Amino acid sequence: MRNGWLQPIADAVKLLFKEIIVPTNASRTLFFIAPMLSLAPALAAWAVMPFADGMVLADINAGLLYILALTSMGVYGVIIAGWASNSKYALLGAMRSAAQIVAYEIAMGFALVGVLMAAGSLNLGDIVRAQQGAWTTGWFVWPLIGLFLVYIISGVAETNRSPFDVAEGESEIVAGFHVEYSGMAFAVFFLAEYANMILISALTALLFMGGWLSIFPQSWAQTPYIGWLIGDGIHWFLLKTTFFMFNFLWFRATFPRYRYDQIMRLGWKVLIPVTLVWIFAEAAAIALGWKPWLS
Amino acid sequence: MLEQYLPILIFMAIGLTIAVVAMAMGAMIGPHRPDKAKGAPYECGFEAFEDARMKFDVRYYLVAILFIIFDLEIAFLFPWAIVLDKIGLFGITAMVIFLGILIVGFIYEWKKGALEWE
Repeated sequence: MRNGWLQPIADAVKLLFKEIIVPTNASRTLFFIAPMLSLAPALAAWAVMPFADGMVLADINAGLLYILALTSMGVYGVIIAGWASNSKYALLGAMRSAAQIVAYEIAMGFALVGVLMAAGSLNLGDIVRAQQGAWTTGWFVWPLIGLFLVYIISGVAETNRSPFDVAEGESEIVAGFHVEYSGMAFAVFFLAEYANMILISALTALLFMGGWLSIFPQSWAQTPYIGWLIGDGIHWFLLKTTFFMFNFLWFRATFPRYRYDQIMRLGWKVLIPVTLVWIFAEAAAIALGWKPWLS
Repeated sequence: MLEQYLPILIFMAIGLTIAVVAMAMGAMIGPHRPDKAKGAPYECGFEAFEDARMKFDVRYYLVAILFIIFDLEIAFLFPWAIVLDKIGLFGITAMVIFLGILIVGFIYEWKKGALEWE
C-alpha cells in the first residue's frame, strides 16, 4: 500500500495468526489474565471522558477519581505478567516497571490535586468549564505550569514510554515483563500501552489545556460559515489530544533512555518536592483570595 | 444519580469483552505446536539454571511501602482540594499541619538513604 498506512493493520492480522507460546513452567491462568488486565481498564476509563460540552457517556461527580482508580489497575497487569512468566528477565522487568509506575503515580496524583484545587470539582466537564476565559487565559496550564510539566513527565513514565522505557530496555533485559509473550497476547500488551498513551494525552488536554474550549474568543464563533470551526467543539479536544500524542512519539525519537537510578531520583527527589511546594503555594494563594486569577 | 453509573458498568464490560475476545481469537486461530525448547524460559540461549522466582532487592519493598503512605495522602488531599474555598483558613491550616508531619517523614527517609538506587 502507498506509504505503508495499512502496515499497523497488517501487523495486527499477522499477530492474530501467530502461536501464543505458553512457557512450560508458567502459571497458565495468570499468564492469560495479565494482558487482559492491562487492556480492559485503559478502555473502560473512556466512559467519563467529555469530548465536548455535554458529549459524555457517564456524567458522574467522581470522574477523575474513577480514572485514577482504573489507571492504577494497569500495574497489576505488569506484575502478574512478570510473575506468571516464570522467567528471570520477565521478573526483573516487572519489578523495575512496577516500582517506576508507583513512584510516578505519586507525582501524578499531586499534580491532579493542584488541578482540583483550582477547579473545585472532580467532574471532568466541570474542570473544563472552570477554564473558560478570554483567549486562553483561563487554561490551568498557565497558573499551574509546574504541575503541567510534572504531569506530562509522569504520564510518559507511567506508560513506560521512551525515555523512561527501562522496563522494556531491549538492549539490557530484552523486553522486560512481556519477554515470554507472543502472538495476540503480545499484541494485547501493546494495545494497552497505546490505549494508555491516548488516555493520558486526552487527560492532559482536558485538565490543563481546556479540553473542547476554543483558543479564540467566544464572540468570534458568530462568524458566518467558519464560526463552528472557530467556536468550542470536539475538534479542539481532538486537536489538543493529537498534539500530546505526537509529543509521545517525538520524545521517543529525540531522547536517549534514562538510567534506572536516575529515573527513581527524578521521580522521588525532583518531581514530588516540586509538586508539594506548588500545592503549598497554591493553597496560600487561595487563602489570600487570589482564586479569581486561577479561573 | 446512581443511574449515571450504568454506562460505566457497560463500558467496563465492553473493555473486558474486547480484551477477552482478542486473546481468545489469538488462542483459537493461531497454531498450537509446543515443544521442549519453545516452552523453556528465555535465557540468552542457555538452559535455565534455576527457578526464576528468586530473591530480589529489598528496595522494591521499600518503594511499595513509601507508595502506600503517599498514595493515602493523595486520597486525603482529593476531597480537601474540592472544598478548599468553602472550608477557609481552618481547612488550610489543618492540611498544612498534616502535610508538615508527612514532609518531616519524607526528609527523614531521604536522609536515611531510602531513596538511593546505587
